[in-house]
Amino acid sequence: MKLTGSQILLESLRLEGVETVFGYPGGAVINIYDDLYDSPINHILTRHEQAAVHAADGYARTTGEVGVVIATSGPGATNTVTGIATAYMDSIPLVIITGQVPTALIGNDAFQEADICGITRPCTKHNFLVQDLSDLPRMIKEAFYIARTGRPGPVLIDLPKDIQVASMKFSYPETVKMRGYKPTAQGDVRQIGKAAQMMLKAKRPVLYVGGGASLANADPELLRLAELLQIPVTTTLMAMAAFPGDHPLALGMLGMHGTYFANMSVTECDLLVAIGARFDDRVTGRIDAFAKKAKIIQFDIDPSSIHKIVRVDQPVVGDLKWVLTSLLAQLEEQSQDVARQIENTIDWRKEIAGWKAKHPMGYQASDSVIKPQYVIEKLSELSAEDAIVTTEVGQHQMWTAQFFRFRQPRTFLTSGGLGTMGYGLPAALGAQVAFPGRQVIDISGDGSFQMNSQELATLVQYRLPVKIAILNNNYLGMVRQWQQLFFDKRYSQTVMELPIDFVKLAEAYGATGLSTDRVDEVEAVIQKAFAIDGPVLMEFKVCREENVIPMVPAGKGIHEMVLAS
Amino acid sequence: MKHTISVLVENEFGVLARVAGLFSGRGFNIESLSVAPTLEPDTSRMTIVTRGDDRILEQITKQLNKLISTIKVVDFTDEEYVERELALIKVTAESDSRAEVLRIVDIFRAKVVDVTPKSYTVEMTGAPAKIDAVLVLLSPFGIKEVVRSGPVVIGRGSKGVAG
Repeated sequence: MKLTGSQILLESLRLEGVETVFGYPGGAVINIYDDLYDSPINHILTRHEQAAVHAADGYARTTGEVGVVIATSGPGATNTVTGIATAYMDSIPLVIITGQVPTALIGNDAFQEADICGITRPCTKHNFLVQDLSDLPRMIKEAFYIARTGRPGPVLIDLPKDIQVASMKFSYPETVKMRGYKPTAQGDVRQIGKAAQMMLKAKRPVLYVGGGASLANADPELLRLAELLQIPVTTTLMAMAAFPGDHPLALGMLGMHGTYFANMSVTECDLLVAIGARFDDRVTGRIDAFAKKAKIIQFDIDPSSIHKIVRVDQPVVGDLKWVLTSLLAQLEEQSQDVARQIENTIDWRKEIAGWKAKHPMGYQASDSVIKPQYVIEKLSELSAEDAIVTTEVGQHQMWTAQFFRFRQPRTFLTSGGLGTMGYGLPAALGAQVAFPGRQVIDISGDGSFQMNSQELATLVQYRLPVKIAILNNNYLGMVRQWQQLFFDKRYSQTVMELPIDFVKLAEAYGATGLSTDRVDEVEAVIQKAFAIDGPVLMEFKVCREENVIPMVPAGKGIHEMVLAS
Repeated sequence: MKHTISVLVENEFGVLARVAGLFSGRGFNIESLSVAPTLEPDTSRMTIVTRGDDRILEQITKQLNKLISTIKVVDFTDEEYVERELALIKVTAESDSRAEVLRIVDIFRAKVVDVTPKSYTVEMTGAPAKIDAVLVLLSPFGIKEVVRSGPVVIGRGSKGVAG
């Protein structure tokens, strides 16, 4: 039996195990949407294509599966770009299908034509323009394989309209054959052995964990490794949920807004073990002052991450779950050395405990005005063990990383690499679609929230009970903080002059809106929101000029923190 | 330091843009690039001349390998290789200078492939430095136009680089 291109697409998605897609219809994908009408695949209609990509991204980050998006040609396709770039920077597996004008019109400046393959080439792991229907099944198969294997990432398939309507006999390939793509899965056992020896000899070791750990589902191995050798663990923004935040070995986040004790530990350590982390400039600060007393081991799936920013003494390329399992097996064979090593590093852990006691993570509490950090502490305290938290970008994002205690892997979704304002609400939407029964909270600022607030409509339409907490300071707070500290308080274009009635905004979409400016009501508002079986927007009118502290000024080493406002 | 890199790629839609975009997007420099299909019609070979220190070259090689369309990357810099470039040079050659131009063409074992009463078009193949030298010698006569292919390289010895 012959199938059309759009039927082949949907059948291939079904064979890849796709249950849900996020998207937005349009002229160049109308055939796909016509076939979707009869398809078992669940489609979530967002209110903007950017949000469809962030939602698929939230779906992918929480489930570990490939998120799928459909958008039309031209503006539909270009609207996906920020979402794609966000996923690319954070290595999130997505497949984005865009409609394209008919092949005969490509290059003619046709209506709603954009060269989306050209536009997304630098922000996708790979992309395909389908020029012949017979290539389509293979390209879909390869797209999913590329997206989810190796270092994951977004893959785009541009599908011209004439190919959607052409037909042929369909068979889906069972295997992938690509001469140029063979990701390394297993690490070099000899190199892992050398790394193990370094870890058994170090006097002052630290584990520096990035987003790669959870992407490889290596969180349990990470926990075992830390506990086996009693090595303190600092995590990047991307890895806050990879290691339990309340664990005695947890140092919290490092870098520009990292904890005093995490940054001091990295500065003073003699062995830094990077696990799925890429030495981002927000982590390292001034690079020649970063971990300069340390030998560095780096475990990573991506060979191009090795030696990219810093010279590494012992690299190991491979899938982190495989590599850490192998490392643990080698270490467990040397139980005497392990026991001796735990003894040898007691002083180091004491020194770190001293730093923790000297400058613990904290803030100046207040009875008269709501401190944003207080709201986050309360959200952390009152939320479920397996609650999923998303953020937008800015001060509230850093406070969430600093004051929310994450307890399980894949429960913290944030745009770490690209820093995309407007990410959190649609990502929460996608996470809630993936896990209808779990608590999903978008922690937001008043600025970021307005970048994708239209998605309140999607939440209400699909009865997705996402809880939104807006920390409203009527500022673009992070930029304001920089202007305060480095630009003589010249608050250029960071004052949100028009106060928004967020309660009415929520109600206009059919959601519940709650608002308070009283410290003693914060807990009650959160409890009330959590008890409502539907989307709720909570507005907390917070202390307006609160700063994110500690802070490493640009160009300084991470030990040169500003500790007080 | 100058490096000459061979890149074997899948001969598919957009592959040249992928490679060129990688260089511009990451701030790497391309001095020359030449590309043509190999014996297998679905594979092309690019020869890229670039500059950078060891760290940059390591990144260039790794980032090229990371492209899905890349089959193989060889940096010839530390190996023995033969390097050749083709140049077509249109040089002014009128009455009194015609013999002198021909003499230079002969010395470099180049050849004249088009003649007019006022000019010779010279075809010259050789290492890039040889071509630079012939251009220096011909320039006093007046060079109207030069087209250079950019170098291509192949390793010395019996071993071949194949996909």
